[in-house]
Amino acid sequence: MAKRIVVDPVTRIEGHLRIDVEVDEGKVSKAWSSGQMWRGIEQILEGRDPLDAWIFTQRICGVCTTVHALASVRAVENALEMEVPVNAQHIRNMIITAHGVHDHIVHFYHLSALDWVDIVSALKADPKEAAKLAESLSGWELNGVHEMTRIQQKLQGFVNSGQLGVFANGYWGHSAMKLPPEVNLIAAAHYIQALEIQRDANKIVTILGGKTPHIQNLAVGGVTNSINLDSQAVLNMERLTYVKSLIEKLDSFVKNAYLVDLAVIGAFYTEWAGYGKGVTDYLCVPDLPLDSKGTKFAMPGGYIRNGDLSTFKPINSYNDDFLKMGIAESSKHSWYTGDEPLHPWDGKTIPSYDDFNDEGQYSWIKSPTFQGRPAQVGPLANVLCMAAAGHESTNKHLGFLVDTLNTVNKMVGGPGGVGIDALHSTLGRHAARAVRCAVMLDELNVQWEMLVNNIASGDTDTYNRPSFPKGEIRGVGFHEAPRGVLSHWVVIEDAKIKNYQCVVPSTWNAGPRNNEDVPGPYEASLVGNPVVDEHNPLEVLRTVHSFDPCIACAIHLFDTENNEVVKVKAL
Amino acid sequence: MSVLVLGVGNILLTDEGIGVRVVEQLEHRYAIPEGVEVMDGGTAGMELLSSIAKRGHVILIDAVNTGAEAGTVVTLVGEQVPALFKTKISPHQLGISDLLGVLTITGEMPDEMTLFGVVPYSLDTAVELSEPMLPRLEQLLELTVAELRKQGYVMVEKSETAAAIEQAC
Repeated sequence: MAKRIVVDPVTRIEGHLRIDVEVDEGKVSKAWSSGQMWRGIEQILEGRDPLDAWIFTQRICGVCTTVHALASVRAVENALEMEVPVNAQHIRNMIITAHGVHDHIVHFYHLSALDWVDIVSALKADPKEAAKLAESLSGWELNGVHEMTRIQQKLQGFVNSGQLGVFANGYWGHSAMKLPPEVNLIAAAHYIQALEIQRDANKIVTILGGKTPHIQNLAVGGVTNSINLDSQAVLNMERLTYVKSLIEKLDSFVKNAYLVDLAVIGAFYTEWAGYGKGVTDYLCVPDLPLDSKGTKFAMPGGYIRNGDLSTFKPINSYNDDFLKMGIAESSKHSWYTGDEPLHPWDGKTIPSYDDFNDEGQYSWIKSPTFQGRPAQVGPLANVLCMAAAGHESTNKHLGFLVDTLNTVNKMVGGPGGVGIDALHSTLGRHAARAVRCAVMLDELNVQWEMLVNNIASGDTDTYNRPSFPKGEIRGVGFHEAPRGVLSHWVVIEDAKIKNYQCVVPSTWNAGPRNNEDVPGPYEASLVGNPVVDEHNPLEVLRTVHSFDPCIACAIHLFDTENNEVVKVKAL
Repeated sequence: MSVLVLGVGNILLTDEGIGVRVVEQLEHRYAIPEGVEVMDGGTAGMELLSSIAKRGHVILIDAVNTGAEAGTVVTLVGEQVPALFKTKISPHQLGISDLLGVLTITGEMPDEMTLFGVVPYSLDTAVELSEPMLPRLEQLLELTVAELRKQGYVMVEKSETAAAIEQAC
């Protein structure tokens, strides 16, 4: 007899997500993903000036402010067929990569590491052994015995005072926790160091974007940063040199700590390379445009079917019809009117709330499809496509992670032999995010150099003035955001917004069954997951968290009273 | 040790954005003295860490859901502030509670915290506050200004002309 478990809301994510699973003989047999709040940005933007849209869209979510700002200006630029000055592309690209680095570090350490790392067990570690292990694997400067002892004493202090703070939500002592105390201590040390380091990534966004947490420097047609390498008031060499020093600090942490931690933790959890596969059609878009027309990109995009890298089809332009016309959204299982999949330019968002019906409507999130099928988006899709496209930095960091994982696995008596196929999994999504974070740092460095060289060549242009024609025009703004493919779709009539739809990454992944009743990526990935203790379904959280759910944008506030208690119900 | 006046909330959801609307008015109507920083935090979380860390005093303005009648104004001080976010009464519990948890771990909690909150009338999708919320905005603004004056800051209202010119620019 199958048992139903409801996790509502899923914690340590942004937004409100409910996950229902049926568990049969210790394994998930069916799953439902339901966003519990609804989305209404379309209503706010209708009739407004397209030049202002980004100011509103960056308020959709507190985590992804910059990505919604960028997708919005790109959508309007696309409708106007505008070029964007190269300096503006580089400045935007640096904001994109710095934000991505920030987002990935925070997601791994602060939102999901506690699914794998037992903080209380770290108290039993021998700091000397922990330091020895850490120093044997990487040259990260804060792996020494002094630091390990300091961290352990700090943790002991929290436990003694009963104030575990952000650690309080962990599943300490759960039988699915597998790391030895020393590895738990190393991870806890990097967790605490990451709290400090992540601020440096945010500083880069603030310096270039003018303000935090909402950047001010974007404009349809470019950026509003004034460039003068010798002036004190604008973007000058002193500021750019400071940015460079922040990049170097981040680079060292990501490559010597984050990437290595993933390999070490992965080496103890190799069975999680066998869970969480789900949808293996992968979609990502190219990003970091290098020219004013957006014909060349530093990070390639494309589409992979059935997890087979040989099917890789490159996407080289945001105007590629395969991409642009291949997307549709269905609301057959969502609380909106209409069943038939619609292209986002024709999308409608008319609420029609009913109860939670397993076979009918059960989510405020719509169900997107690419070429008529669900697609998984996010760092895993991005890394697989970039690897298939022969992207050098991706293959380098991916190779390093896999090699290190196998070395550690053999060191602790495992068989090793974990290959690229292991990426189609819960563990793989975390590994791909770490690889992508390292790639983003390489690209951030490159963008910095390109910007400085371009300015040195005498080009200080940052903005082209937009002008709107009479009549109707349509545009789309694509962006490969930290959680995957983001697209803003705008219809403009006589210089006013007529329709606006956002198809956000978490819609792709967290969406319900589609118009053909095919489950979305979260739902498909949960099937087959083990659940040892139905009152503490840690394994369900591991797989859901591996997608890095951020659904404040997919959906909006619905009922705060119902949010008060974190519920895990076994029915 | 400086003071941070931090308005948080989502301006796309009517009264949910009250905190942001109060700090907008504070900057618009008053000359902000040295030692005071006014910030529109939106719904951000970890991005605010550096701004809150090690402050002498943080004045937080937010929509809260205490179960009381809509429009009820709430003042909380000191330890009551993190406690409120722990029980998830604010719609932004994720961002702010995590942030306060992190500051405890890094040992950077502000010396003092004050929260001025109000129970929302409406959470509909729109960028304007609801009608009945407008007098509450004034009330929260007065509370904030009074708190800053209590701490010895000179809060001077900008003349109407100055404010109008600023808005026009």
